[in-house]
Amino acid sequence: MATRNTLHVEVVTAEHELYNGEAEIVDAPGSEGQLGILPEHAPLLALLGAGPLEIKLHGEDEIIFVSGGFLEVSNNRVTVLADTAEKAEEIDQARAETARRRAEQSLQDARTRSERAEIEAALQRAIFRLKAVELARTRRRR
Amino acid sequence: MPSLREIRQRIRSVKNTAKITKAMQMVASSKMRRSQERVEQSRPYADQIRELTARLAAAAASGNDDMAEDLALLKQRPVRNIGIVLISPDRGLCGALPSNINRHAAHTAQDEIHNLEAQGRHPGVSYIAVGKKGRDFVLRTEQNLIAEFTDYGDHPAMDDATAMAHVAVDAFLKGEVDVVYLVYAKYVNTVTQTPTTVQLLPVQPPEHEETAQEHETNEEYIYEPNEQELFKALLPRYVDVQIYQALLENIASQYAAQMISMKNATDNANELVQDLNLTYNKARQAAITTQILEVVSGAAAL
Repeated sequence: MATRNTLHVEVVTAEHELYNGEAEIVDAPGSEGQLGILPEHAPLLALLGAGPLEIKLHGEDEIIFVSGGFLEVSNNRVTVLADTAEKAEEIDQARAETARRRAEQSLQDARTRSERAEIEAALQRAIFRLKAVELARTRRRR
Repeated sequence: MPSLREIRQRIRSVKNTAKITKAMQMVASSKMRRSQERVEQSRPYADQIRELTARLAAAAASGNDDMAEDLALLKQRPVRNIGIVLISPDRGLCGALPSNINRHAAHTAQDEIHNLEAQGRHPGVSYIAVGKKGRDFVLRTEQNLIAEFTDYGDHPAMDDATAMAHVAVDAFLKGEVDVVYLVYAKYVNTVTQTPTTVQLLPVQPPEHEETAQEHETNEEYIYEPNEQELFKALLPRYVDVQIYQALLENIASQYAAQMISMKNATDNANELVQDLNLTYNKARQAAITTQILEVVSGAAAL
């Protein structure tokens, strides 16, 4: 098999497809840590955590915020089945910021442990979304 | 014979009804198209999840570990109680569709009960009703209702399906039901919607079709964190997806049925207008004839 220098990437959620195209590098938030995927990667099936998914092609970046789901790599095809996904440029930064502040606020008010855990998860997500926006912004400037 | 004025009023009212049903027909047809698109859009994800489930199931079956046994969602149990997730329309004006779905659900339960009674068991039936028509049916026939989800709208989110799946999975894991069927109207085409039953729980993983290429390369997957965790995360998702797709198809079916029944209503109204026009003209002619006769006989009397 001739070596290829790109991967075919598909990012889909139950509601719609977000990305379908080629990439040189895919950087994904695995449940156990960040996963960097290059062409000719071994077949892989991984759980996704929450965080920015970066798809790099010709020095350009597409950043998608994903949270939960699965990632499959096989034959230079990367399939991301996300529970939720948003393109970084479509995330409303102001809204994400309020979400974070709200989460922080309610974290202080939370009583039970399960409440805390839930809110912490929400806060984590809000922070990751903001990170994704930030990342997208800095990349664009360059 | 009704008076001329009465017939005129009748014609006007039937024409108005026809206008309304015509409008509803057009609304339904555009909504149907949009809901079909939604079914299409959900397909890539659903297909992938299905394929993954199949692959992991095949891997689990071939592996020597007792992975499958550890997963409660896969476990077959002797059936004491049957659960049915009944997906039906929220609104009427869609012809025989709701009653077809309900009848199909009742048949499904009946068949299952017969099978089990042959083995000397007497199972109970519980429903999870999605949509008002199904809920009303369950209440009317005085059967056990575990949960109801109504007003899911025209474009339910995956979250809605997850909530429904959650109730079903919960009942299954708690042992309230030992098998769960999903009943919905499958969209075949504009004129045909078939009520369909699929087994939801315990999960029956789809068959894994090995592609030629896969066979050739004989790929060994790296699983992260591991097979067990992945399978555990995937199975509930598979249930969600099945419900989500059934929900979307059901909405498409509902609008298709509504479009057809509104078309029939419009046709019937137009036919009625024609008949009424005929009666009206006859009545008018009769009235004129009487008037002329009156004039003529009045003149003759002079």
